[in-house]
Amino acid sequence: MSVTGTQLDWGGMAPFLLLTATALGTLLLDLFLSPRHRVRLAYLGLTGLLITMALLVHGFGGQERVVAEMLIVDDFSRFFHLVFLLIAALTILVSVKSVEQEGTHQGEYYTLVLFATLGMMVMASAADLIMVFLGLEALSIPLYILSGFLRGDVRSNESALKYLLLGAFASAFLLYGIAFLYGAVGSTRLKSIAAHLGHGAAWENPLVFLGVGLLLVGLAFKVAAVPFHMWLPDVYEGAPTPVTAFMIAGTKAAAFSALLRVFGTALSPLPPEWIPPLWVVALLTMGVGNIAALTQQSIKRMLAYSSIAHAGYLLVAVVAGTSRGFSSILFYLVVYAFMNLGAFAVIIALARQGEESPTLSSYAGLGFRHPVLAFSMAVFMFSLAGLPPTGGFMGKFYIFSAAVEADYVGLVIIAVVCSLISVFFYLRVVVVMYMEEPREGHSSPVLSPAILVTLFLATAAILQLGLLPAGVWDLAVRSVQSFWG
Amino acid sequence: MVPLWAYLLLSGFLFIVGVVGVATRRNALIIFMSIELMLNAVNLTFVAFSRFLHSLDGHVFVFFVMTVAAAEVVVGLAIIIALFRNMETVNVDEIHLLKG
Repeated sequence: MSVTGTQLDWGGMAPFLLLTATALGTLLLDLFLSPRHRVRLAYLGLTGLLITMALLVHGFGGQERVVAEMLIVDDFSRFFHLVFLLIAALTILVSVKSVEQEGTHQGEYYTLVLFATLGMMVMASAADLIMVFLGLEALSIPLYILSGFLRGDVRSNESALKYLLLGAFASAFLLYGIAFLYGAVGSTRLKSIAAHLGHGAAWENPLVFLGVGLLLVGLAFKVAAVPFHMWLPDVYEGAPTPVTAFMIAGTKAAAFSALLRVFGTALSPLPPEWIPPLWVVALLTMGVGNIAALTQQSIKRMLAYSSIAHAGYLLVAVVAGTSRGFSSILFYLVVYAFMNLGAFAVIIALARQGEESPTLSSYAGLGFRHPVLAFSMAVFMFSLAGLPPTGGFMGKFYIFSAAVEADYVGLVIIAVVCSLISVFFYLRVVVVMYMEEPREGHSSPVLSPAILVTLFLATAAILQLGLLPAGVWDLAVRSVQSFWG
Repeated sequence: MVPLWAYLLLSGFLFIVGVVGVATRRNALIIFMSIELMLNAVNLTFVAFSRFLHSLDGHVFVFFVMTVAAAEVVVGLAIIIALFRNMETVNVDEIHLLKG
């Protein structure tokens, strides 16, 4: 390990530094603004995110840069960074109103969202297991605070406590796995691990077996794969709604970015005897997520279970293990971010103060009361269900075709059956919105410009990804090629 | 010199004590302490490997783990206090508003 100040690649670190500066800026400025003007912190955060995005778009296709052998900035990480920044920007947009209503601690909210985003970026860029761990914690610790952000609300407290205890528990497993791998290889560098495991004999070392096993258990906790999913519905239901939106889109993308880094570099090629357990986990994750979502009345909880199911679809692509499969994960995560943030923007727009967990019945007759909201919600539901002409359909198409190419036809058939089941509970929302009479006492909400912008962006993106997916798909393919020829 | 396997055995034992503690104890604070025990078992593993492999990476990792664990404790205790103020209990069996 040799690090000297002059050799640091400041250009490669620029996106990270810019985002850190923005986060610290919001924290500092919070002290000098009167509560009425604190909404400006949201705009400061958005500006920082947009500038960082511009920097990344500018650098796209550029050479691979390695910062102090710890962070890799290649097209793969640039792609994920853009997704994370987009998620953070949309989260801030949908948060403005509810954070303002909450009154206190506005600055901290935006700062924590920005720091969590930084953690995600570190995970996607990790060149060393230390960075995977640090990124994960830099992402998780702000999220523990954010899910407990409504301090006076018992549900929010409970959500934060469960998230914290199970998150820390999972981190311990991840770390124990890293420790064993370190013992077997003598380094935590992903490249060194790959070189060591390259000769098949190394896999027979019990330390490697334990290390990889525990590492995968830790990561499975973070992506909420069955049987390590129990924490997710409770945490996502109890957390403040904008935070749930951020977690559902952001943590999933971040966890998969780290998973792909680890699978793509350190554990590649995975010995064939490791595939069946992954196969079973993917199957259970799809099945349990979809079946549990069927019976949910709370719409937040329904989307939480559906996010478990979506992790299952993504695991199908991980099982396929081809470069095409990895590209389909990248594509799917973009669609996934848009459809979930869009759906949550609708939930936030309809939420009334004091009502924490909206049920399905409060959407009755929305199609007549508020056509704009109902139409965009319908688009998000169609996309989540994977029906054409939305991005969700194309995402599933790419994943399933990659898995078929890799000869996992059985798994794909199960995945298709699972997504058929999911059509039922997604379309139930549409049916309730358009075919039931509106209830008394539900006034039409006035939409804030921020929510309208979010809805417009998400709807447009989903339709575009469904009708003209080639642009983003090519980017995803190129990004995967950048680190995994 | 104490052999490597002795360190690994001890840290494995400590880790399992931590896991059992998380699984069986119902007081949020004790669960939290059990998680810290697991993290310290991991630290012991790192230091032992580091010593026997003559490499410094393991030591560096331990510093990071300790720092992160400290940050986690700060947030964790704050969450537990907020919960106690609202519910007057830290027993996780009594905290079950969210289910379904």
